[in-house]
Amino acid sequence: MNWGSVDAFVSMGGYGLYVWGSYLVTAAGLAIEIALLIARRRRTLRMLAHLHGSERS
Amino acid sequence: MIPWFATAAALLCAAGIYVGLFVAPTDATQGESYRIIFIHVGAAWMSMFLYVVMAFWAVIGLAWNTRLAAMMASAIAPTGALFTFIALWTGALWGKPTWGTWWVWDARLTSELILLFLYIGFMALQAAIDDPRRADRAGAVLAIVGVINVPVIYFSVQWWNTLHQGASVSVTRAPSMAATMFLGMILFALGFWMYSIAAALSRARSIMLERERRTDWVMTEVRRAAA
Repeated sequence: MNWGSVDAFVSMGGYGLYVWGSYLVTAAGLAIEIALLIARRRRTLRMLAHLHGSERS
Repeated sequence: MIPWFATAAALLCAAGIYVGLFVAPTDATQGESYRIIFIHVGAAWMSMFLYVVMAFWAVIGLAWNTRLAAMMASAIAPTGALFTFIALWTGALWGKPTWGTWWVWDARLTSELILLFLYIGFMALQAAIDDPRRADRAGAVLAIVGVINVPVIYFSVQWWNTLHQGASVSVTRAPSMAATMFLGMILFALGFWMYSIAAALSRARSIMLERERRTDWVMTEVRRAAA
């Protein structure tokens, strides 16, 4: 463990902006892609249910 | 299969964060700013690797006219673009404190930027063509021509005099860094790899269902799921 306090961890030896800017943007990028993938899957399944459900009746 | 890769990705990235931010020691010359390396290198590796995989599927799709291969290529592109963006973004945030600049037009950075444009161009080209089979072929040609850029990125630090440092890790010699630093990097690289597989497979599944929606097998699947 390198960090004496939460403050030291957040400030990253004065490089907090750069380190956290990297990690948070990476996390946000992955989170956005995951959200888009889940939304697309739901949309596709809805479209299929609609398409084949209506054909059956 | 997707949940397995997604779980592996989450665990590996969590371990990477733990090792990278808590275990690995402070760098002697760069202080804490070097901790960007853990995501930067993994993202940069994935940006190149995913392009090669995408071009591989493009070749298969073009040569044997298989729809599934073309769909795999399309499914990889957005994830590849994301990792290219992450590599460039983290590189800029690392360059500012260590080089004193966000960006330089050196060979490594410029060729990585070209890679981002190749991914975006591939997606834009496919989106612009209505007929999916023609879009597949046009995208495949672009992907295959663009693959020449990948060795340029990889060897750019040897071929040209760049501000970007040479490789710290290679297959032929021991990594020139502390073991825990190396471990953090590998954990993130593997985590991003597993993430990419999960993301690409998930996207491929949606693309496949959308495109094949009129076929018997999709109809059967939908009815079975509804029953």
